[in-house]
Amino acid sequence: MFDVAPADWEAIRLSLKVGAWSVAGSLPLGFLLAYAFSRYTFPFKSLITAVIHLPLVLPPVVTGFALLLLFGTRGPLGHFLSAVFGITIAFRWTGAAVAAAIMGLPLMVRAMRLSIDAVDRRLETAAHTLGAGRWRAFLTITLPLSLPGILAGAILSFAKSFGEFGATITFVSNIPGETRTVPIAIYSLLQSPGGEAPAIRLAVISVIISLAAVLGADAVERRYMARKAG
Amino acid sequence: MSFQLDVEVRLGAFEVTVAFDAGPGVTALFGPSGAGKTSILNMIAGVLRPSRGRIVADGVTMFDSVAAVNVPPQGRAVGYVFQDGRLFPHLSVRSNLTYGYRLVPIDRRYVHPTEVVDLLGLSDLLDRRPANLSGGEQQRVAIGRALLTSPRILLLDEPLSSLDAGRKAEIMPYLERLAGHLRVPMIYVSHDPAEIARLANRVVHVAEGRVVRVENAAVPEIGRTS
Repeated sequence: MFDVAPADWEAIRLSLKVGAWSVAGSLPLGFLLAYAFSRYTFPFKSLITAVIHLPLVLPPVVTGFALLLLFGTRGPLGHFLSAVFGITIAFRWTGAAVAAAIMGLPLMVRAMRLSIDAVDRRLETAAHTLGAGRWRAFLTITLPLSLPGILAGAILSFAKSFGEFGATITFVSNIPGETRTVPIAIYSLLQSPGGEAPAIRLAVISVIISLAAVLGADAVERRYMARKAG
Repeated sequence: MSFQLDVEVRLGAFEVTVAFDAGPGVTALFGPSGAGKTSILNMIAGVLRPSRGRIVADGVTMFDSVAAVNVPPQGRAVGYVFQDGRLFPHLSVRSNLTYGYRLVPIDRRYVHPTEVVDLLGLSDLLDRRPANLSGGEQQRVAIGRALLTSPRILLLDEPLSSLDAGRKAEIMPYLERLAGHLRVPMIYVSHDPAEIARLANRVVHVAEGRVVRVENAAVPEIGRTS
């Protein structure tokens, strides 16, 4: 049962690549948003929060469709990107990474925000009285203390990206080797006669990878907590 | 080594208006809870901005509303021991102690780690984390950490209030040694007459945001302001 076909490996590699790039790309933005939501009040804060959380509650196909309208070759952003930078993301794996990042962003921001909320700001005040300016206090106190949440956010977003289906297939379609990630490959296999056995194989592999990611995050977090305690 | 304070701040309906000087030795701020003692320390440390007034330590103006001077807390070299310790939970005792020390310019350092470890009996604690220390040990580390910033003035905000009687008795000798050791002014906030009797050279009585009396005798009259 476990002789994995080259096409399956291709889908797995692609899903990992899409997941990694989507997390790496959205991490700075996600942290910035989480920090801003946690620490500041600003105009349209609730509206911006709602927009970021929208992919969580919208049908994924609607998110994908919106991305297609925006980033398609005739969409305003897609036209801008291709005219100014010569970049096209619709129907490319980069587009799959963008779709995955947007679907994962609410999970990432939520986990990070909770951990930044939990940092005792009086510790930052203490750091200031010890001679640390804002940046130093941020880098030596706030950032390390919110690290478990940052990690949890990154892992959640990776898991979401690895398995994203609806928005991805709507936005970048189902192109073998380019946009056919693991869930889309499973879907394709199920559409063809006799595809059930290989589909189960891929399904098991995706369960293993997702489980490993979550367990890994848990282990790192526990080690971090143990270090803090002792 | 001297210190002058003349400030005013409004916190909602509560107003703090205080003026006093402090020389070397321990100046106690004595008064009931809610008298504004912590607000006074926060203004000295630069954590709370006075609405008016002047703060000068060791000849350096830290705040002056007329001259529009307001040095941020990280530039004041004010050692601050908080009531709740506030040790950094993710750092070892050693790293907590040297957090501020490493940020002091070398030519301004007059307190050094070996000296502080000795004075406060911290040598067995250096590799531990704050979570594994007793309340008294935590406060000793907090005192050492503030001291290692080579401060112009050392503020202690009821450092014993969270400790039980046994722990208080354990840490008191360290505070007495510190008071004898340090050349800069120490401002010691407390509402416990016994602590003040043992430590203070001067007592500034504070009530309802005002200085009601200053006395050089070390023993405050119990019940007068509480």
